[in-house]
Amino acid sequence: MKNYQLVIIGGGPAGLAAALKAKENGLKKILVLERDRYLGGILQQCIHNGFGLEYFKEELTGPEYASRFIEKIKTQDIEYKTETMVIGISNNENWSLDNKKTNKSNIENKDFKNIIAINREDGLLNIKANAVILAMGCRERTREAIRIPGTRPAGVFSAGTAQRYINIEGYMPGKDVIVLGSGDIGMIMARRMTLEGAEVKAVLEIMPYSSGLMRNKVQCLDDFDIPLKLSHTITEIKGKDRVESVIISEVDENLNPIDGADEDIECDTILFSVGLIPENELSRDLGVKIDKITNGPVVDEYRMTSIKGVFACGNVLHVHDLVDYVSTEAEIAVNAAEKYINKELKERENPIDLIPEKNVQYIVPQYIKYHDLNRKFVNLFFRVEKPLNNVNILILDQDNNLINSYKKDIVHPSEMLKIVLTKKDFKKVLDKIRISVIKEGSESFVSN
Amino acid sequence: MKCDILIIGGGVVGTAIARELSRYNLEIVLLEKEDDVAMGSSKANSGIVHAGYNSPADTLKARLNVKANPQFDKLCADLDVPFKRIGSLVIAFNEDELKQLKWEKENGEKLGIKGLKILSRDELLEKEPNLNPKAKYGLYAPSAGIVSSYELTIALADNAVINGGKVMLETEVRDIIEEKGRIQGVKTNTGDFYASYVINAAGLFADEIANYSNDTKIEYSLRKGEYHLYDKNWGNFVTHILFPTPSKVSKGILITPTVHGNLMIGPNAEETKDKKDLSTSKVALNEVFESAKKLVPDLKRLDIINSFSGIRAKEKSNDFIIAASKGLEGLINVAGIQSPGLSAAPAIAEMLLDILHEYNHELKRDIDLSFKKNFKETLTPKKRLYRTDYYNWQEIIAENPDFAEIVCRCEKVSKGEIIHAINRPVPATSIDAVKRRTRTGTGRCQGGFCQPRVLEILAKELNISPLKVSKKGKGSCLLFARTKEMLLSKMAGEKL
Ligand SMILES: Cc1cc2nc3c(=O)[nH]c(=O)nc-3n(C[C@H](O)[C@H](O)[C@H](O)COP(=O)(O)OP(=O)(O)OC[C@H]3O[C@@H](n4cnc5c(N)ncnc54)[C@H](O)[C@@H]3O)c2cc1C
Repeated sequence: MKNYQLVIIGGGPAGLAAALKAKENGLKKILVLERDRYLGGILQQCIHNGFGLEYFKEELTGPEYASRFIEKIKTQDIEYKTETMVIGISNNENWSLDNKKTNKSNIENKDFKNIIAINREDGLLNIKANAVILAMGCRERTREAIRIPGTRPAGVFSAGTAQRYINIEGYMPGKDVIVLGSGDIGMIMARRMTLEGAEVKAVLEIMPYSSGLMRNKVQCLDDFDIPLKLSHTITEIKGKDRVESVIISEVDENLNPIDGADEDIECDTILFSVGLIPENELSRDLGVKIDKITNGPVVDEYRMTSIKGVFACGNVLHVHDLVDYVSTEAEIAVNAAEKYINKELKERENPIDLIPEKNVQYIVPQYIKYHDLNRKFVNLFFRVEKPLNNVNILILDQDNNLINSYKKDIVHPSEMLKIVLTKKDFKKVLDKIRISVIKEGSESFVSN
Repeated sequence: MKCDILIIGGGVVGTAIARELSRYNLEIVLLEKEDDVAMGSSKANSGIVHAGYNSPADTLKARLNVKANPQFDKLCADLDVPFKRIGSLVIAFNEDELKQLKWEKENGEKLGIKGLKILSRDELLEKEPNLNPKAKYGLYAPSAGIVSSYELTIALADNAVINGGKVMLETEVRDIIEEKGRIQGVKTNTGDFYASYVINAAGLFADEIANYSNDTKIEYSLRKGEYHLYDKNWGNFVTHILFPTPSKVSKGILITPTVHGNLMIGPNAEETKDKKDLSTSKVALNEVFESAKKLVPDLKRLDIINSFSGIRAKEKSNDFIIAASKGLEGLINVAGIQSPGLSAAPAIAEMLLDILHEYNHELKRDIDLSFKKNFKETLTPKKRLYRTDYYNWQEIIAENPDFAEIVCRCEKVSKGEIIHAINRPVPATSIDAVKRRTRTGTGRCQGGFCQPRVLEILAKELNISPLKVSKKGKGSCLLFARTKEMLLSKMAGEKL
């Protein structure tokens, strides 16, 4: 049995930033657990540039961004274990490897979490931690999950898997390629495959707008003459052993394929880039409450989950479009974990619920819970449901009184938005803050 | 190659026969056209071991089903195959449907099935709280169970192999070798095979093999059935196999837990002409979902992790054909093995032995039908992390550290398990074959993370280039070239 102050699960950008911050804050015993062979997470296969503009104020590739953290982790002697898979976390007092019989009992331990992990060197590991940071990242939504019918031949990959084959393993998984989904990974992979000599016949997007960043559309598709077909989806996959073709179809405004608007395109490979899902299996088993929209834990402004002493940051919490925000979020979680360990967190009488309203998908954090007299502001992150031009972002209190409002030229679901709540904003707030994004000039902002 | 018995087809029927015959002093060779056994109907079906009341008591399929059902506990324990006797419920929503239940109950009792009972609405809802409250009656059959049909097929084949049988994969029978009204053997893509007897257990293709001779023609009509498989968080949504009251064409769209803790709904029944077309369609999958919802209204479209289809072959007699060919001496046909072929497989194998005894007597062929002395009835249980409590993993890991390397995170499958699968008596040589044996890639990420690792392990263990690793045999390789190679050959104007 080993004891740590802080155990971080996941050695991607969130976990690495958390570890460094924890060290900087003076936490003594920190451990990072990573299941892959190396630290850095998904960044290591993102060999394109565009990382770090916010955080480092310069443009880096994924591996470069990751290495800035990894170098420091190594020089600062922070303990980490790769190829180590966490199989369970518990706040059950008796949950341990030596305690077979009492595993079922349910006495909550207020001061420690129990973690069980496995790797080749140590076998099964039983670790105790004062606080835990969840930083497991996310996985890709699959062809099966979006129920694309047809056959099940070789040549159907999720974009991230294809990216791994090319950039990590060094093999090309396709020659004639169709990409479904115009998210960032889909567009970046369209370019990557093209650069390696494959022909990307089209990138299809079921929505009437691209779901990735504008700069990626320009740099990955337009610059390479790869057609982006908006309002299009795949309706059938054909081929017995290997993909032979796909039937694609235009869709109507309800996203249903339009009769007669289909086309059979020959290809040997289909990449699916149809969304990311936070990997919260461990969190669920532990009993962490999960937000149905983000698929990540419900957290307070310090990124503490519904289980005390367990924090979450990065893509396991909600899918970020920029790694820079992940790093910042990790630091918030660590600062709070430190306060938690030192028992310095002071809860408000009533937590403030943050409620997404008109054209807002979700808000992270989901509620504000602490009195912190020293803090000057709280950042709220949210996404809109659909793109709009010339909008007002309205922040309202429990009685629908306007607390503050911001103008914005353009909002898009692919772009995470941030608003800053200052001390002043909190003045009249009792227990609710609502956020709506409405078109400028539309009069009523009263909800319901 | 010359042997005593050739078996065409590595489905549950062919492998059950191979295993049964491997108890005797016989040289057995099983030929399978795909890269693994269990690639036909025995891969994609409902996995139900039926109680046996559905078919009229005078049919072969009813009799063999009822005879085989009680054997599953021992068979599956011996071969280390997941099987659970969870019981089934046929649901009736009105008095008309009740009549059908009563017929099934009577029919079942005629066949000697124990424990059949018609339940009231309250009794039903107590057993299945998520059942549609409009249900009125249900036929309860405690002896129905669920099994992993592909794992059973693989285990039967493994057991036949450790008892001296041979399994030849990617070996397709393309013609028969005939002499003076007798079958001498078969022609395949890999050469000729000679035998005293040939058993045709080619599933959907058994008609073609049978009809190489002037046999009374075997005539199939084909019906496809599609399924949805749910994430494990739906695994406890129902705890019995739930059927609607059956129609003329099929037992209807059922909803059942699987032995691996998922939930499965399906199959529908659509006419098809193409045996090889295992595609799914939106229309059919919608039908499956909507019908299942009639039984359990709270079902959602969320968390479907996979969809697949299987094809049933109904012979015009609407019964199993298990008999010596009338047109060709030495050929024994096992055809028209539609549902409940899985449930009946162990009894089909026993029946085949009887036929062989009789036939051999009649034909005076020189095969030795005496028992082998050292027949090994069991397979050593596989070490599997997913079905072991984690605190007992220590022992497994201590023995072999490969078990401490988790490759498939969703299903918790280790490198050790994958290496074992690749080295089993019937070896896994493709991504899907590893998947059927170990569950890699069957979880919610569907192999997104583990596939590159499985591919790497396969390449290493089989000592082949990663470029040669396939999803499911010839023609289904996953990778085309090393990076830069494609670009270089494109620049040189070559075609890869
Ligand atoms: C949708 C569906 C649901 C079902 N549900 C159930 C159920 O719940 N319970 C139940 O008891 N039964 C069920 N069944 C029936 C059951 O699956 C079949 O009866 C059983 O799997 C048939 O086994 P088989 O070995 O005859 O055929 P298969 O499994 O199809 O095996 C035949 C094998 O022969 C090989 N082969 C064919 N031609 C050649 C050749 N020329 N050379 C070499 N090899 C060849 C094929 O590749 C294949 O592997 C279902 C069937 C379907 C389709």
